[in-house]
Parts: sequence; structure tokens; C-alpha cells
Amino acid sequence: MLYKNPYNNYFDYVVQRDLDRCIRCKACVTQCSYGANFYDPDREMIYSLDANCVGCMRCSTFCPTDCIRIVRNPDAFRPNANWKDNNIKDLYKQAGTGGIIITGMGNDKPFTNYWEHMVIDACQVTNPSIDPLREPMELKTFLGRKPERLEIGRDGDITTKLAPQLVLETPIMFSAMSYGSINYNVCESVARAARELGTYWNTGEGGLPKALYEYGRQTIVQCASGRFGVSPEYLGAGAAIEIKIGQGAKPGIGGHLPGEKVLEGISETRMIPVGTDAISPAPHHDIYSIEDLKQLIYALKEATRYEKPVSVKIAAVHNVAAIASGIARAGADIIAVDGFRGGTGAAPKAIRDNVGIPIEVAIAAVDERLRQEGIRNEVSLVAAGGFRNSSDIVKAIALGADAVYIATSALMALGCTLCQQCHRGRCAWGITTNDPELARRVNPEIGTERLVGLIRAWSNEIKEMLGLMGINSIESLKGNRDRLRGVGLSEGELQTLGIRQAGT
Amino acid sequence: MKVVYPREQWCVACNLCEVACMTEHSRTKDPLKAYLTERPRPVSRTKVEYRPPLAISVMCRHCAEAECVEACKNGTLTRNEETGRIELDQDRCLGCWMCIMACPYGAIGQVAMHVGGEERRVANKCDLCPDRDVPACVAACPNRALVFEDRG
Repeated sequence: MLYKNPYNNYFDYVVQRDLDRCIRCKACVTQCSYGANFYDPDREMIYSLDANCVGCMRCSTFCPTDCIRIVRNPDAFRPNANWKDNNIKDLYKQAGTGGIIITGMGNDKPFTNYWEHMVIDACQVTNPSIDPLREPMELKTFLGRKPERLEIGRDGDITTKLAPQLVLETPIMFSAMSYGSINYNVCESVARAARELGTYWNTGEGGLPKALYEYGRQTIVQCASGRFGVSPEYLGAGAAIEIKIGQGAKPGIGGHLPGEKVLEGISETRMIPVGTDAISPAPHHDIYSIEDLKQLIYALKEATRYEKPVSVKIAAVHNVAAIASGIARAGADIIAVDGFRGGTGAAPKAIRDNVGIPIEVAIAAVDERLRQEGIRNEVSLVAAGGFRNSSDIVKAIALGADAVYIATSALMALGCTLCQQCHRGRCAWGITTNDPELARRVNPEIGTERLVGLIRAWSNEIKEMLGLMGINSIESLKGNRDRLRGVGLSEGELQTLGIRQAGT
Repeated sequence: MKVVYPREQWCVACNLCEVACMTEHSRTKDPLKAYLTERPRPVSRTKVEYRPPLAISVMCRHCAEAECVEACKNGTLTRNEETGRIELDQDRCLGCWMCIMACPYGAIGQVAMHVGGEERRVANKCDLCPDRDVPACVAACPNRALVFEDRG
């Protein structure tokens, strides 16, 4: 703790190294981007500065003799049910800095996870289940405004003029992560995976690097309150445009990209000077009402000749259903709702951990409201914020989502271990950093394969789950809440989710 | 012929290629013993040149026109006409280091070996792991910064 303020010296992890098995290869030293491991040439040994360790486990996974263990610091404050360790440490930190605590990734607090309180129905005896390995199973999903009715011409063709649609081979898209918050190699991995999978990725609010324009047909381009990187070419390059109103990790505030991460390429794409913080305004200053939103939606549609669906992304908040209804009536083709477990590259911790609502209840509330108002067909509903596996997705679709966005899971496929240091720009896994030396750690060849692997695996599992419900198309699952039951939920929770208690 | 190509844009300087090379060319094939107890100590035949932010693992290129073979005075270094590989017969090496001087890539090093009870130093370089399908360094690289390819 020499030269350190003792109040700031309560650290979270300890790097344990079995010196009998350490071969001094220095893999752990070069891999740690936080300076936690170092080689002492005088003693010819590798040591660690535990206070610098963020628990990302880059070193322990790279150690060729498995001699490193990252363990929780056993140092313990006196147990106190009211004052948990993180409350105490955060308080000390703030007393020392006078600053807002910034963090990365999604809400990590133990709120009820409703996915874990919902179970899926299956066919037995009287209704046949379907074997997806032997029979056709359709995951194809169309996002966009659907007509109230279809008119078929004499030759069997549809004569109704259809609104532009996004066509997904699987109901999973890559959610908005801006170039800058993640580096170019990660953007390229995600874009290539989207193309290979027949789905879409989202630029986030950082613009689209010129070299990725070739993936435009698989790209949803975002237009956020900072308008970073928005140009006619950018809007023209994407398959759809998304207006970002809010983000699940930080509802009510704009995007934050710390200046440390704004390097050359990011500066060019965002059209801002190198090294400046890119802090998006909290609201869109041209949107103070649904009518204003409508103007922007139609301005974007006009700018792209009504050829692309326009999505509006909001954070899941208390009145999400009413807001979604307003967005639908403002002319959006897609509504993306981001729950409070959604990730972020940087957000004030107090906001990330306390603002917003779970995506499970938001899907249920929005779908229900749009149905009641008879406008469910006018918009597609995309859910985001904390999807961890295929069953979460099946449940989301059964609750009423048309498709889901994943981002945290996608980054985890690239190596992310949820160490929550994204805002520091020193990601040891090479994901949320633009430092060229660290960014090399994501090789897009490998990244693409791993993302494709993940989505293929989840898609296969979704098919299996559809099959056991006797459903052969994802369309038949949408809003099919009868296939869900709640376990361990209160009457009010069941009612909000619109599902019945298991056993009834 | 297939040789190992470094792709420096993906090298993360983790040194695992060196660990793998050293282990593969050890007596025990065990990284712990190779590093800590084997004597003479095996030496990696690839070297991670790390000058942040640049990093690249450098090993013998098995050149079509090999300067080392030209420089070698006693036939320690030869081209295997069948495989195209540049082979180094350590038993013949006299330790004159002309090959080290000649190699434009700095890919030849030295290693200690026991000859008739005495330890002497001889030249050391990549042999493309004749006992393996894929050289050890390529198999160990976590980021495909080393690839085993025939680029004609």
C-alpha cells in the first residue's frame, strides 16, 4: 500500500501463483493490461500487485501450467446485512474522489430474474411433439409493419403493398454496441457473423466505419441523441435505421464514450476530435413529444425513400407500455425495448443498478397494451437486455417479443468475463479497448466463428424447444403465453407477466 | 511446402509459442520439467519479438535461397530436397555461428547439448516439428497469429 491512500486499498481479488509450477514464461505479465502481474529480473520471479487485479482471468486462462488462481480477496469487513462490501468500498472511493462511480456491463444486483421463474410447456400423448431433426422447423422472422389484411391477386400473388421488412433467419440479432465502445475487430466479427447467420447487427451510436459499409445489408444503423457519425451515406448504408431514445443500462441519460477511447478511427467515424469525451445528450433535443418523434421517424424515412424500416429503441421503464403505444402511433416499424440488465460500455453505477425495469415484464406489458389497442401488427417488438441462453429467448418470444437483441452474450462469446471495466478502455480480452496492442486480441476470423457457433447452438436449441411444444414455426410461439407457467411468483407478478401459475 | 507464417497483426505476445516449442523440443515433453529441471535446458526455436505495440513470433523461414546453408562450412545445415525443409544436424555443428550471422531473420539461436559427457553449444532452429502434424507453436497460438500454410 506504499504511496496509496489506505481508504482506496481495499481490493477485490488476489492473484495466487503456485511458484513451484511457475515457469516464468511471462504470459501472465504480457496479458495483464492492468499491471497486476510483473516480472522481477533481480529475483527472477513473477509477482502480482493484487490491488490492480480486476478479476478478468486473462492471466489464469493463459497460464500454460495452470499455476494461477484468481480468488476473491478473503479480507472481510465485519459482516453487515445493510452495508455490503461494495457499498462500503464505493463510499470510500467517492469520499476520496468526489466523483460519480462509472462502471461497465449490466446491472449485477440480485433482482428477481423472471426467466428463472417461468417454465415451458411440452406435448404429451394427446398432442404430438415434433422432431426438428426429421421435420421442417421455421425460425425465419420478419420485422416491420404488417398489414391489417392481405389481398391476394388472381395469380396468387400478394397485391397488398407491404411495408419494408427485415428478414432474419433466426430471431436473434446483435444489439447496439458502438464503434469506440468496442473496437474495430469486434465490430467486424459481429458484422461478419450477422452476414453468415442471415441476421442483423447494430452499429450503436458511433457511426459505421467506412471499411464495414460492405456489411450494410446486415446492418441496423443507429441515430442517437449525439448524432455521432450520422450522414446521408450512413443512413443509406444500413438495412434499417434505429432511433436510440434510451438504453437499458442507463435509462434517461445519453451514451458515454470516455475520451481515452476516442482514437483516430473513432474520431473520423464519429466526426469528433481525438481524445474528446463523447457524451450524448440525455434527451434528443428535437424530441420532446410523440409528435416530435414522429417528425424524426418520417424525416429518416423520407431521407431513405421509405425503403427501410425505422426502429425506435427505448429503455424499459415504468410506463413502457404507454410509451411503446405512442411510438407505434408515431410511425415506427420496430420497437426495441431494452431491460435493466442490458449492458453498457460506461454508465454511472447508481443508475445502472437502480433505474429501469426487467425486460420480462416490459415485454409482457408492451405486447399486452399493443394488442388491447389493436395495433400490435403495426410494429414488431424486439426485446433486449440480459439474454443468457436459448430458453430465455424462447420465453421472451412466448411473452410477446418478435425477436431479441443480444450484446453481452455476444461479447462473452469473444472472451468477455464480465469484469465490468469496459469504461477504462484497457480490456484485457481486447474487446472494449481501442489500444492497437490490446485490440489485436480479438481476431475477427476466430470472433466470427465463435459468434456463429453461439447463435447456431441457440437456434438449434430453440428448434428443439419449439418441437417439444408441437410448434413448427417461431411465428406460432409469438405471444403464446399459454405455453408458459410461473413458479414461485406472486399473484401480481403472474398477472403482470400474463401467465398462469404452474399446475393450473 | 508448408511452413509457419507469423501474422503479426494478431500476435498478442503471450509467449505460448515459445513455451510449446521448448516443451516439444525437450526430453520430457513436460513444460514444467522443460523449464525448471531439465539440463541442459531446452531453448525455444521461435522468439517473440515484443516492442510494444508491435509483437511477432519469428522462426526459421526455410528460405528457398537459404543464406545459412550457403554460410555453413561443414554441411550441418542442408536442404532436404524431398521436403524442402532446411535441416540442421546438431551433432555435426562446430559452433562457428556463421549461420547466425547469415540469417536475415535472426531465426537461428544457440542451445547447449551434451556431447560425450561435456556440454557444448550448437546452433538451434525451427525444424517444423517432424513428429507432429501441426508444429507445436501453431497448435499453441491462441489467436491464430501463427499459421502452417503452403503459400507456394
